Amino acid sequence: MWHDAVLVAGKDLRIEWRSRVGLNQVVPFALVVLLLFGLALGPDAGRLRAAAAGLFWVTVLLACLLSVQRSVAVETADAGRDGLRLSGLDAGGIFVGKSAALALQLLVLEVVLAVVAALLYATPLSGIGLLAATCVLATAGLAAVGTFYGAVAAGTRVRETLLPLLFFPVVAPVVLAATKAWSAALSHQGGGGLGWLGLLAIFSVAYVAIGTVAFGALLEDG
Amino acid sequence: MPHAVRFREAVALAGRFPLLSGLSLEVAKGEVVHLRGANGAGKTSLLRTCAGLIPIAAGTAVVLGHDLCLDRQSLRREVGLLGHAGFSYEELSVEENLAFALRASRAEMGRADAALERLGLSGRVRKTPVGACSAGQRRRLALAVLVARAPRLWLLDEPHAGLDLEARAVVDEVVREAAASGGTVLLASHELERAAALCDRVVTIAGGRVIAPEPDEVLDPPIAALAGGEVGCDVA
Repeated sequence: MWHDAVLVAGKDLRIEWRSRVGLNQVVPFALVVLLLFGLALGPDAGRLRAAAAGLFWVTVLLACLLSVQRSVAVETADAGRDGLRLSGLDAGGIFVGKSAALALQLLVLEVVLAVVAALLYATPLSGIGLLAATCVLATAGLAAVGTFYGAVAAGTRVRETLLPLLFFPVVAPVVLAATKAWSAALSHQGGGGLGWLGLLAIFSVAYVAIGTVAFGALLEDG
Repeated sequence: MPHAVRFREAVALAGRFPLLSGLSLEVAKGEVVHLRGANGAGKTSLLRTCAGLIPIAAGTAVVLGHDLCLDRQSLRREVGLLGHAGFSYEELSVEENLAFALRASRAEMGRADAALERLGLSGRVRKTPVGACSAGQRRRLALAVLVARAPRLWLLDEPHAGLDLEARAVVDEVVREAAASGGTVLLASHELERAAALCDRVVTIAGGRVIAPEPDEVLDPPIAALAGGEVGCDVA
Protein backbone atom coordinates (compact mmCIF):
# COMPACT_ATOMS: atom_id res chain seq x y z
CA MET A 1 0.00 0.00 0.00
CA TRP A 2 2.74 2.48 0.89
CA HIS A 3 4.48 2.01 -2.45
CA ASP A 4 1.22 2.83 -4.22
CA ALA A 5 0.55 5.80 -1.93
CA VAL A 6 3.96 7.32 -2.63
CA LEU A 7 3.49 6.75 -6.36
CA VAL A 8 0.07 8.44 -6.44
CA ALA A 9 1.13 11.31 -4.18
CA GLY A 10 4.20 11.93 -6.33
CA LYS A 11 2.06 11.95 -9.45
CA ASP A 12 -0.47 14.40 -8.00
CA LEU A 13 2.22 16.74 -6.66
CA ARG A 14 4.04 16.72 -9.97
CA ILE A 15 0.80 17.56 -11.77
CA GLU A 16 0.20 20.42 -9.34
CA TRP A 17 3.75 21.68 -9.76
CA ARG A 18 3.31 21.74 -13.54
CA SER A 19 -0.19 23.21 -13.63
CA ARG A 20 0.34 25.75 -10.82
CA VAL A 21 -3.41 25.69 -10.15
CA GLY A 22 -2.81 26.00 -6.43
CA LEU A 23 -0.36 28.86 -6.77
CA ASN A 24 -2.19 30.78 -9.47
CA GLN A 25 -5.80 30.17 -8.49
CA VAL A 26 -6.33 28.68 -5.03
CA VAL A 27 -3.91 30.92 -3.14
CA PRO A 28 -5.18 34.18 -4.77
CA PHE A 29 -8.76 33.05 -4.15
CA ALA A 30 -8.03 32.42 -0.48
CA LEU A 31 -6.28 35.77 -0.11
CA VAL A 32 -9.25 37.57 -1.64
CA VAL A 33 -11.60 35.77 0.76
CA LEU A 34 -9.45 36.81 3.73
CA LEU A 35 -9.47 40.39 2.48
CA LEU A 36 -13.25 40.40 1.95
CA PHE A 37 -13.83 39.06 5.47
CA GLY A 38 -11.66 41.86 6.77
CA LEU A 39 -13.58 44.48 4.80
CA ALA A 40 -16.90 43.06 5.96
CA LEU A 41 -15.91 43.27 9.62
CA GLY A 42 -14.52 46.78 9.32
CA PRO A 43 -11.43 48.42 10.85
CA ASP A 44 -12.16 47.50 14.48
CA ALA A 45 -8.92 45.70 15.48
CA GLY A 46 -10.48 44.03 18.50
CA ARG A 47 -13.27 42.54 16.45
CA LEU A 48 -10.82 41.35 13.77
CA ARG A 49 -8.58 39.70 16.35
CA ALA A 50 -11.53 37.95 17.96
CA ALA A 51 -12.69 36.60 14.62
CA ALA A 52 -9.26 35.88 13.11
CA ALA A 53 -9.18 32.17 13.92
CA GLY A 54 -12.65 31.49 12.54
CA LEU A 55 -12.07 33.55 9.42
CA PHE A 56 -8.78 31.75 8.80
CA TRP A 57 -10.35 28.29 9.00
CA VAL A 58 -13.41 29.17 6.94
CA THR A 59 -11.04 30.49 4.29
CA VAL A 60 -9.01 27.27 4.47
CA LEU A 61 -12.24 25.30 4.12
CA LEU A 62 -13.29 27.17 0.97
CA ALA A 63 -9.83 26.84 -0.55
CA CYS A 64 -9.80 23.16 0.36
CA LEU A 65 -12.98 22.66 -1.64
CA LEU A 66 -11.28 24.09 -4.72
CA SER A 67 -8.27 21.85 -4.19
CA VAL A 68 -10.45 18.78 -3.78
CA GLN A 69 -12.34 19.60 -6.97
CA ARG A 70 -9.03 19.97 -8.76
CA SER A 71 -7.84 16.63 -7.38
CA VAL A 72 -11.03 15.00 -8.68
CA ALA A 73 -10.77 16.73 -12.06
CA VAL A 74 -7.27 15.36 -12.58
CA GLU A 75 -8.66 11.83 -12.42
CA THR A 76 -11.74 12.44 -14.55
CA ALA A 77 -10.14 14.34 -17.45
CA ASP A 78 -9.00 11.31 -19.45
CA ALA A 79 -10.68 8.54 -17.48
CA GLY A 80 -7.71 8.49 -15.12
CA ARG A 81 -9.94 6.90 -12.53
CA ASP A 82 -10.38 3.87 -14.79
CA GLY A 83 -6.66 3.97 -15.43
CA LEU A 84 -5.99 3.73 -11.70
CA ARG A 85 -8.41 0.82 -11.38
CA LEU A 86 -6.89 -0.98 -14.36
CA SER A 87 -3.37 -0.55 -13.02
CA GLY A 88 -4.20 -2.77 -10.08
CA LEU A 89 -3.06 -0.16 -7.56
CA ASP A 90 -4.17 -0.79 -4.01
CA ALA A 91 -7.27 1.34 -3.38
CA GLY A 92 -6.11 2.23 0.12
CA GLY A 93 -2.80 3.34 -1.34
CA ILE A 94 -4.59 5.55 -3.86
CA PHE A 95 -6.61 7.13 -1.06
CA VAL A 96 -3.60 7.75 1.16
CA GLY A 97 -1.57 9.06 -1.75
CA LYS A 98 -4.20 11.49 -2.97
CA SER A 99 -4.97 12.62 0.58
CA ALA A 100 -1.29 13.18 1.34
CA ALA A 101 -0.75 15.24 -1.81
CA LEU A 102 -3.81 17.32 -1.02
CA ALA A 103 -2.74 17.78 2.60
CA LEU A 104 0.71 18.96 1.59
CA GLN A 105 -0.75 21.57 -0.75
CA LEU A 106 -3.13 22.74 1.98
CA LEU A 107 -0.34 23.04 4.54
CA VAL A 108 1.63 25.31 2.22
CA LEU A 109 -1.51 27.36 1.66
CA GLU A 110 -2.12 27.61 5.41
CA VAL A 111 1.37 28.96 6.05
CA VAL A 112 0.81 31.71 3.50
CA LEU A 113 -2.68 32.46 4.81
CA ALA A 114 -1.55 32.52 8.44
CA VAL A 115 1.06 35.18 7.71
CA VAL A 116 -1.37 37.28 5.68
CA ALA A 117 -4.15 36.88 8.26
CA ALA A 118 -1.79 37.97 11.02
CA LEU A 119 -1.03 41.14 9.08
CA LEU A 120 -4.58 41.84 7.86
CA TYR A 121 -6.27 41.20 11.18
CA ALA A 122 -3.49 42.67 13.34
CA THR A 123 -3.18 39.36 15.18
CA PRO A 124 0.29 38.30 16.35
CA LEU A 125 0.84 34.55 15.86
CA SER A 126 1.37 33.26 19.38
CA GLY A 127 1.45 29.66 20.57
CA ILE A 128 3.16 28.53 17.39
CA GLY A 129 3.38 24.90 18.54
CA LEU A 130 -0.37 24.64 19.08
CA LEU A 131 -1.08 26.49 15.84
CA ALA A 132 1.16 24.13 13.89
CA ALA A 133 -0.22 20.98 15.53
CA THR A 134 -3.74 22.17 14.82
CA CYS A 135 -2.88 22.80 11.18
CA VAL A 136 -1.37 19.34 10.77
CA LEU A 137 -4.28 17.47 12.34
CA ALA A 138 -7.05 19.59 10.83
CA THR A 139 -5.45 19.41 7.40
CA ALA A 140 -5.18 15.64 7.63
CA GLY A 141 -8.89 15.49 8.41
CA LEU A 142 -9.87 17.93 5.67
CA ALA A 143 -7.76 16.12 3.09
CA ALA A 144 -9.08 12.69 4.05
CA VAL A 145 -12.72 13.80 4.00
CA GLY A 146 -12.19 15.76 0.80
CA THR A 147 -10.60 12.82 -0.99
CA PHE A 148 -13.29 10.48 0.27
CA TYR A 149 -16.27 12.60 -0.75
CA GLY A 150 -14.47 13.74 -3.89
CA ALA A 151 -14.54 10.11 -4.99
CA VAL A 152 -18.22 9.84 -4.04
CA ALA A 153 -19.10 12.94 -6.05
CA ALA A 154 -16.84 11.97 -8.98
CA GLY A 155 -19.12 9.07 -9.76
CA THR A 156 -22.03 11.42 -10.42
CA ARG A 157 -22.84 13.88 -13.18
CA VAL A 158 -23.39 16.70 -10.67
CA ARG A 159 -20.09 16.46 -8.82
CA GLU A 160 -19.36 20.21 -8.75
CA THR A 161 -22.54 20.98 -6.84
CA LEU A 162 -22.79 17.74 -4.89
CA LEU A 163 -19.31 17.88 -3.39
CA PRO A 164 -19.86 20.99 -1.20
CA LEU A 165 -23.14 19.55 0.05
CA LEU A 166 -21.38 16.38 1.17
CA PHE A 167 -18.13 17.97 2.28
CA PHE A 168 -19.11 20.98 4.37
CA PRO A 169 -21.42 19.28 6.91
CA VAL A 170 -18.95 16.47 7.55
CA VAL A 171 -15.99 18.77 8.17
CA ALA A 172 -17.92 21.17 10.37
CA PRO A 173 -16.42 19.55 13.51
CA VAL A 174 -12.94 20.05 12.07
CA VAL A 175 -13.52 23.74 11.44
CA LEU A 176 -15.04 24.17 14.88
CA ALA A 177 -12.25 22.34 16.70
CA ALA A 178 -9.50 24.02 14.69
CA THR A 179 -11.02 27.43 15.31
CA LYS A 180 -11.26 26.80 19.06
CA ALA A 181 -7.68 25.52 19.23
CA TRP A 182 -6.38 28.49 17.25
CA SER A 183 -8.38 30.94 19.36
CA ALA A 184 -6.84 29.45 22.47
CA ALA A 185 -3.34 29.71 21.03
CA LEU A 186 -3.81 33.28 19.79
CA SER A 187 -5.17 34.39 23.17
CA HIS A 188 -2.22 32.79 25.02
CA GLN A 189 -4.40 30.09 26.56
CA GLY A 190 -2.73 27.12 24.92
CA GLY A 191 -3.94 24.66 27.54
CA GLY A 192 -7.52 25.29 26.51
CA GLY A 193 -6.76 24.13 22.99
CA LEU A 194 -5.44 20.71 23.86
CA GLY A 195 -8.90 19.15 24.17
CA TRP A 196 -9.81 20.44 20.73
CA LEU A 197 -6.53 19.08 19.42
CA GLY A 198 -7.55 15.66 20.73
CA LEU A 199 -10.87 15.90 18.92
CA LEU A 200 -9.05 16.79 15.70
CA ALA A 201 -6.74 13.80 16.14
CA ILE A 202 -9.65 11.41 16.64
CA PHE A 203 -11.52 12.81 13.64
CA SER A 204 -8.47 12.65 11.39
CA VAL A 205 -7.48 9.13 12.36
CA ALA A 206 -11.07 7.96 11.94
CA TYR A 207 -11.47 9.42 8.46
CA VAL A 208 -8.07 8.25 7.26
CA ALA A 209 -8.97 4.75 8.46
CA ILE A 210 -12.46 4.84 6.91
CA GLY A 211 -11.12 6.16 3.62
CA THR A 212 -8.33 3.61 3.44
CA VAL A 213 -10.76 0.76 3.95
CA ALA A 214 -13.72 2.04 1.92
CA PHE A 215 -12.03 3.77 -1.00
CA GLY A 216 -11.93 0.61 -3.10
CA ALA A 217 -15.70 0.29 -3.00
CA LEU A 218 -16.05 3.97 -3.92
CA LEU A 219 -13.78 3.57 -6.93
CA GLU A 220 -15.70 0.51 -8.11
CA ASP A 221 -19.08 2.16 -7.70
CA GLY A 222 -18.13 5.33 -9.54
CA MET B 1 -8.50 -26.25 -25.05
CA PRO B 2 -7.77 -23.71 -22.31
CA HIS B 3 -9.82 -20.57 -22.55
CA ALA B 4 -8.65 -17.03 -21.98
CA VAL B 5 -12.24 -15.80 -21.92
CA ARG B 6 -15.37 -17.75 -21.10
CA PHE B 7 -18.71 -15.99 -20.70
CA ARG B 8 -21.93 -17.92 -20.10
CA GLU B 9 -25.19 -15.97 -20.24
CA ALA B 10 -23.36 -13.02 -18.76
CA VAL B 11 -25.39 -9.97 -17.83
CA ALA B 12 -23.84 -6.60 -17.05
CA LEU B 13 -25.75 -3.50 -16.10
CA ALA B 14 -25.21 0.23 -15.82
CA GLY B 15 -27.84 1.00 -13.21
CA ARG B 16 -30.89 -0.70 -14.68
CA PHE B 17 -29.62 -0.27 -18.22
CA PRO B 18 -28.37 -3.53 -19.77
CA LEU B 19 -24.87 -3.49 -21.21
CA LEU B 20 -24.56 -7.24 -21.77
CA SER B 21 -27.78 -9.25 -22.07
CA GLY B 22 -26.94 -12.89 -21.59
CA LEU B 23 -23.75 -12.88 -23.61
CA SER B 24 -21.99 -16.20 -24.17
CA LEU B 25 -18.53 -16.33 -25.66
CA GLU B 26 -15.46 -18.51 -25.49
CA VAL B 27 -12.05 -17.39 -26.65
CA ALA B 28 -9.12 -19.76 -26.60
CA LYS B 29 -5.72 -18.69 -25.35
CA GLY B 30 -3.65 -17.30 -28.20
CA GLU B 31 -6.67 -16.55 -30.32
CA VAL B 32 -7.22 -13.21 -32.07
CA VAL B 33 -10.92 -12.41 -32.24
CA HIS B 34 -12.57 -9.60 -34.14
CA LEU B 35 -15.62 -8.17 -32.39
CA ARG B 36 -17.97 -6.52 -34.81
CA GLY B 37 -21.33 -4.90 -34.45
CA ALA B 38 -23.18 -1.64 -34.80
CA ASN B 39 -22.60 1.33 -32.52
CA GLY B 40 -24.10 0.53 -29.15
CA ALA B 41 -24.13 -3.21 -29.78
CA GLY B 42 -22.07 -3.93 -26.68
CA LYS B 43 -18.51 -4.30 -27.97
CA THR B 44 -17.01 -1.70 -25.67
CA SER B 45 -19.00 -3.01 -22.74
CA LEU B 46 -17.69 -6.52 -23.41
CA LEU B 47 -14.11 -5.29 -23.51
CA ARG B 48 -14.54 -3.26 -20.32
CA THR B 49 -16.13 -6.24 -18.63
CA CYS B 50 -13.21 -8.42 -19.68
CA ALA B 51 -10.89 -5.81 -18.17
CA GLY B 52 -12.70 -6.08 -14.86
CA LEU B 53 -14.13 -2.57 -15.01
CA ILE B 54 -17.79 -3.62 -15.21
CA PRO B 55 -19.19 -6.17 -12.75
CA ILE B 56 -21.23 -9.17 -13.80
CA ALA B 57 -24.82 -9.05 -12.56
CA ALA B 58 -25.81 -12.56 -13.64
CA GLY B 59 -24.37 -15.54 -15.46
CA THR B 60 -20.71 -16.46 -15.29
CA ALA B 61 -17.58 -14.86 -16.66
CA VAL B 62 -14.06 -16.16 -16.30
CA VAL B 63 -11.11 -14.26 -17.75
CA LEU B 64 -7.58 -15.67 -17.55
CA GLY B 65 -8.78 -17.98 -14.83
CA HIS B 66 -10.26 -15.19 -12.70
CA ASP B 67 -13.94 -15.45 -11.93
CA LEU B 68 -15.25 -11.94 -12.52
CA CYS B 69 -18.02 -12.46 -9.99
CA LEU B 70 -15.43 -13.04 -7.26
CA ASP B 71 -12.21 -11.36 -8.18
CA ARG B 72 -11.71 -8.52 -10.65
CA GLN B 73 -8.86 -6.78 -8.87
CA SER B 74 -6.14 -9.35 -9.43
CA LEU B 75 -7.15 -9.77 -13.08
CA ARG B 76 -6.42 -6.17 -13.98
CA ARG B 77 -2.66 -6.39 -14.04
CA GLU B 78 -2.88 -9.24 -16.55
CA VAL B 79 -5.02 -7.46 -19.13
CA GLY B 80 -4.36 -4.40 -21.24
CA LEU B 81 -7.24 -2.20 -22.39
CA LEU B 82 -6.88 0.26 -25.23
CA GLY B 83 -10.12 2.15 -24.77
CA HIS B 84 -11.55 5.37 -26.10
CA ALA B 85 -9.75 7.27 -23.35
CA GLY B 86 -6.01 7.20 -22.90
CA PHE B 87 -5.85 7.13 -19.07
CA SER B 88 -3.18 9.81 -19.26
CA TYR B 89 -2.50 13.06 -17.39
CA GLU B 90 -2.21 16.21 -19.47
CA GLU B 91 0.38 17.92 -17.28
CA LEU B 92 2.79 14.99 -17.34
CA SER B 93 5.05 14.31 -20.29
CA VAL B 94 4.69 11.29 -22.54
CA GLU B 95 7.51 9.45 -20.79
CA GLU B 96 6.25 10.38 -17.32
CA ASN B 97 2.82 9.02 -18.16
CA LEU B 98 4.33 5.81 -19.43
CA ALA B 99 6.57 5.50 -16.37
CA PHE B 100 3.62 6.05 -14.01
CA ALA B 101 1.50 3.45 -15.82
CA LEU B 102 4.28 0.89 -15.70
CA ARG B 103 5.16 1.50 -12.05
CA ALA B 104 1.50 1.42 -11.07
CA SER B 105 0.98 -1.93 -12.76
CA ARG B 106 4.30 -3.29 -11.43
CA ALA B 107 5.48 -3.85 -14.99
CA GLU B 108 9.11 -3.89 -16.05
CA MET B 109 10.50 -0.46 -16.86
CA GLY B 110 13.04 -1.98 -19.24
CA ARG B 111 10.66 -2.04 -22.18
CA ALA B 112 9.62 1.62 -21.90
CA ASP B 113 12.22 3.09 -24.25
CA ALA B 114 11.65 0.45 -26.89
CA ALA B 115 7.88 0.98 -26.72
CA LEU B 116 8.22 4.74 -27.16
CA GLU B 117 10.63 4.24 -30.05
CA ARG B 118 8.33 1.80 -31.72
CA LEU B 119 5.30 4.06 -31.49
CA GLY B 120 7.21 7.05 -32.80
CA LEU B 121 7.24 8.82 -29.45
CA SER B 122 10.98 9.07 -28.92
CA GLY B 123 12.97 12.26 -29.37
CA ARG B 124 11.36 15.54 -28.40
CA VAL B 125 7.88 14.09 -28.19
CA ARG B 126 8.72 11.99 -25.14
CA LYS B 127 9.37 15.13 -23.10
CA THR B 128 6.21 16.85 -24.36
CA PRO B 129 3.27 17.22 -21.95
CA VAL B 130 0.39 15.05 -23.08
CA GLY B 131 -1.83 18.12 -23.08
CA ALA B 132 0.25 19.46 -25.95
CA CYS B 133 0.14 16.22 -27.92
CA SER B 134 -2.20 15.51 -30.82
CA ALA B 135 -5.01 13.00 -30.47
CA GLY B 136 -3.00 10.56 -32.56
CA GLN B 137 0.05 10.92 -30.32
CA ARG B 138 -2.11 10.31 -27.25
CA ARG B 139 -3.44 7.18 -28.91
CA ARG B 140 0.12 6.08 -29.63
CA LEU B 141 1.00 6.64 -25.98
CA ALA B 142 -1.89 4.47 -24.83
CA LEU B 143 -0.70 1.74 -27.16
CA ALA B 144 2.90 2.20 -26.00
CA VAL B 145 1.78 1.49 -22.45
CA LEU B 146 0.29 -1.81 -23.58
CA VAL B 147 3.34 -2.70 -25.65
CA ALA B 148 5.61 -2.06 -22.67
CA ARG B 149 3.34 -3.99 -20.31
CA ALA B 150 2.87 -6.94 -22.68
CA PRO B 151 -0.38 -8.17 -21.08
CA ARG B 152 -1.67 -11.69 -21.47
CA LEU B 153 -5.00 -10.45 -22.79
CA TRP B 154 -5.15 -7.49 -25.16
CA LEU B 155 -8.47 -5.66 -25.30
CA LEU B 156 -8.35 -3.27 -28.22
CA ASP B 157 -11.28 -0.95 -28.85
CA GLU B 158 -11.01 0.61 -32.30
CA PRO B 159 -7.21 0.52 -32.10
CA HIS B 160 -6.71 2.10 -35.52
CA ALA B 161 -8.97 5.07 -34.86
CA GLY B 162 -7.26 8.44 -35.14
CA LEU B 163 -3.93 7.01 -36.23
CA ASP B 164 -1.94 7.76 -39.36
CA LEU B 165 -0.92 5.04 -41.82
CA GLU B 166 2.41 4.40 -40.15
CA ALA B 167 0.90 3.96 -36.71
CA ARG B 168 -1.90 1.79 -38.07
CA ALA B 169 0.72 -0.53 -39.49
CA VAL B 170 2.41 -0.63 -36.09
CA VAL B 171 -0.92 -1.59 -34.51
CA ASP B 172 -1.18 -4.49 -36.96
CA GLU B 173 2.37 -5.58 -36.11
CA VAL B 174 1.67 -5.39 -32.40
CA VAL B 175 -1.44 -7.54 -32.73
CA ARG B 176 0.44 -10.15 -34.75
CA GLU B 177 3.32 -10.21 -32.30
CA ALA B 178 0.98 -10.46 -29.33
CA ALA B 179 -0.64 -13.50 -30.89
CA ALA B 180 2.71 -15.00 -31.88
CA SER B 181 3.93 -14.74 -28.29
CA GLY B 182 0.89 -16.55 -26.96
CA GLY B 183 -1.23 -13.55 -26.07
CA THR B 184 -4.95 -13.40 -26.65
CA VAL B 185 -6.48 -10.46 -28.46
CA LEU B 186 -10.06 -9.17 -28.58
CA LEU B 187 -10.24 -6.46 -31.20
CA ALA B 188 -13.36 -4.35 -31.69
CA SER B 189 -13.29 -2.59 -35.01
CA HIS B 190 -15.48 -1.25 -37.76
CA GLU B 191 -12.62 -1.64 -40.22
CA LEU B 192 -13.73 -5.04 -41.41
CA GLU B 193 -11.07 -5.78 -44.00
CA ARG B 194 -8.19 -4.71 -41.82
CA ALA B 195 -9.51 -6.66 -38.86
CA ALA B 196 -10.19 -9.72 -41.03
CA ALA B 197 -6.54 -9.77 -42.03
CA LEU B 198 -5.47 -9.78 -38.39
CA CYS B 199 -7.98 -12.03 -36.70
CA ASP B 200 -8.55 -15.78 -36.53
CA ARG B 201 -12.26 -15.44 -36.00
CA VAL B 202 -15.10 -12.97 -36.16
CA VAL B 203 -17.75 -12.59 -33.48
CA THR B 204 -20.77 -10.41 -34.15
CA ILE B 205 -22.47 -8.67 -31.26
CA ALA B 206 -25.88 -7.05 -31.20
CA GLY B 207 -28.17 -6.22 -28.35
CA GLY B 208 -25.48 -7.06 -25.81
CA ARG B 209 -25.12 -10.66 -26.89
CA VAL B 210 -23.26 -12.68 -29.46
CA ILE B 211 -25.51 -13.29 -32.42
CA ALA B 212 -23.23 -15.08 -34.83
CA PRO B 213 -20.38 -17.05 -33.34
CA GLU B 214 -19.59 -19.10 -36.41
CA PRO B 215 -17.25 -17.59 -39.02
CA ASP B 216 -19.38 -18.61 -41.97
CA GLU B 217 -22.37 -16.82 -40.55
CA VAL B 218 -20.68 -13.55 -39.86
CA LEU B 219 -18.82 -12.86 -43.07
CA ASP B 220 -21.80 -10.96 -44.34
CA PRO B 221 -24.20 -10.39 -41.45
CA PRO B 222 -27.56 -8.90 -42.26
CA ILE B 223 -27.71 -5.18 -41.61
CA ALA B 224 -30.89 -5.58 -39.61
CA ALA B 225 -29.16 -7.94 -37.21
CA LEU B 226 -26.26 -5.56 -36.71
CA ALA B 227 -28.50 -2.59 -36.16
CA GLY B 228 -30.97 -4.30 -33.88
CA GLY B 229 -31.14 -3.95 -30.14
CA GLU B 230 -28.63 -1.31 -29.23
CA VAL B 231 -27.97 -1.84 -25.56
CA GLY B 232 -24.31 -1.17 -25.00
CA CYS B 233 -22.76 2.18 -24.39
CA ASP B 234 -19.48 3.48 -25.66
CA VAL B 235 -17.66 4.86 -22.70
CA ALA B 236 -14.00 5.38 -21.93
